[in-house]
Amino acid sequence: MNRMQNLQQVLTDTLAEKITSSTIDRGELTVEVAAEDILEVAKILRDDSRFGFEQAMDVCGVDYLQWGQEAAREMVKPARFAVVYHLLSIRNNWRLRLRVWLDDKMPMLPSVVGIWSGVDWFEREAFDLFGIVFEGHPDLRRILTDYGFIGHPFRKDFPLTGKVEVRYDPDKGSVVYEPVSLQPRILTPRIIREENFGG
Amino acid sequence: MAEIRNYTLNFGPQHPAAHGVLRVVMEMDGEVIEHVDPHVGLLHRATEKLAESKPFNQSIGYMDRLDYVSMMCSEHAYVLAIEKLLGLEVPIRAQYIRVMFDEITRILNHLLWLGAHALDIGAMTVFLYAFREREDLMDCYEGVSGARMHATYYRPGGVYRDLPESMPQYRKAGGYTERSLEHRNFNRQGSMLDFIEDFTQRFPGYVDDYETLLTDNRIWKQRTVGIGVISPERAMQMGFSGPMLRGSGVEWDLRKKQPYEVYDRLDFDIPVGSEGDCYDRYLVRVEEFRQSNCIIRQCVDWLRKHPGLVIADNNKVTPPSRESMKADMESLIHHFKLASEGYCVPEGEVYAAIEAPKGEFGIYLLSDGANKPYRMKIRAPGFAHISALNELSKGHMLADMVAMIGTLDIVFGEIDR
Repeated sequence: MNRMQNLQQVLTDTLAEKITSSTIDRGELTVEVAAEDILEVAKILRDDSRFGFEQAMDVCGVDYLQWGQEAAREMVKPARFAVVYHLLSIRNNWRLRLRVWLDDKMPMLPSVVGIWSGVDWFEREAFDLFGIVFEGHPDLRRILTDYGFIGHPFRKDFPLTGKVEVRYDPDKGSVVYEPVSLQPRILTPRIIREENFGG
Repeated sequence: MAEIRNYTLNFGPQHPAAHGVLRVVMEMDGEVIEHVDPHVGLLHRATEKLAESKPFNQSIGYMDRLDYVSMMCSEHAYVLAIEKLLGLEVPIRAQYIRVMFDEITRILNHLLWLGAHALDIGAMTVFLYAFREREDLMDCYEGVSGARMHATYYRPGGVYRDLPESMPQYRKAGGYTERSLEHRNFNRQGSMLDFIEDFTQRFPGYVDDYETLLTDNRIWKQRTVGIGVISPERAMQMGFSGPMLRGSGVEWDLRKKQPYEVYDRLDFDIPVGSEGDCYDRYLVRVEEFRQSNCIIRQCVDWLRKHPGLVIADNNKVTPPSRESMKADMESLIHHFKLASEGYCVPEGEVYAAIEAPKGEFGIYLLSDGANKPYRMKIRAPGFAHISALNELSKGHMLADMVAMIGTLDIVFGEIDR
């Protein structure tokens, strides 16, 4: 049993029914938990020395709306949105990926800012780009998009070219927003090939 | 008596010490900073979303444009993620070349950081020296890729091509005399490895020069010692990595702890600070100059003795050679498929992290089996670092703000993405 399988074993023993799924793929351990359990799980992962995840390196949102759509085979995900945490333990020198599925209607989950204060901006970013609401976040503002931006641009149903464009109007003497005039242009189509395509 | 109130001060986004387009709204009590609210995102280009609309290989160029002072390191994380998803083996020579260029990039990055940081807090000369050395290293970039900055040199499966046999030379033009031309081309007579070796012999002397100018400089110490102190516990809480974490005394370096490529075969040390202030972080980065130099030297030695493939011989992912394309039908098909459609990557998700000059640069790549990434998340070290700006600068003077921004080593290409 290697280190990762060991960690997986201890995790499933300790957190038991809190973990809805755990997989090891390409040497990386992914654990899924429910949104209402995230605070409790995060606290255990940080404070229990058997895990020792003192650093949250990354938090990001994922929109699974178009996952595997070009393929003939079925690839259905449990929900549209997910928040993915990448944790790192300096003490034990291992990583863990934590995923929380969120539904389409109101993607909302508790903020872990009280457990890892570094996730502050990462959660703001996920809110800005995906519209995922982190309950209890002290300052959930937009971060990367423009002041007064409307919409959540990294959702799969948001066009790549955006919705508005900005130009200076000499008549009005100010900057004006107009519907975007760019035509969407995809040069290479998105294709999913069956395995071992072309021999 | 006059009424005294806190007031709000706007810093940037057009400010020479803001290192790009940073806007900081500061609440001041006289000259003391009470609260800082950094506004980022002015350089947001939605790189992650753009990558979703392009075949895997076409996004390598975007990686250069993230952290535009450590270009190849960002490429490195991206191609590592793709290789991990594909399960692709990289030839050993390519791994050495990558490590060598990662370290060249680290020197490039730290040179710009040192020059700009010193310039910000009142030492002009270092900047000029630093840019002199950067020029040599940029020439190495240009020699292998044709571009001085945005190289697109790393490819999934290896690197684009082998190191050139000759080094580009200065040509007779403008105001050069014969003698100055001869002097400038003196160390460019041999191959690129000769040139890099010559550089590694000169470079420790240059680092000594910078240290003479700064390390014991009274003004430099007054501006950096005890400024922006962060404890190891807080540094870990805030998601710090790289020199920011090591400056606080945490011995953590991905090159040692989770070695990728051939770092486990190389001999080098991790410098660690003790106080966690701007001065310690300066010392850590200066020592990294010397360590990187030492790594480059080992790579040059190895590369001289071991010729071989520099890109995997798997034409499903890497293009076939030009010659075989003209003569061989299958190569032609491979090339056509690669150019028109790219390659499909098996379903899955990976997180590939490397020790970039600024800290942990990670790529979280999700593929649903298509020829384009389903989602790519860039974990930029600067993003976590600048989010701590408020905590670092509370209670400091306005002038220290500049030292703080300098010590974070931030570049907005990667923070705003």
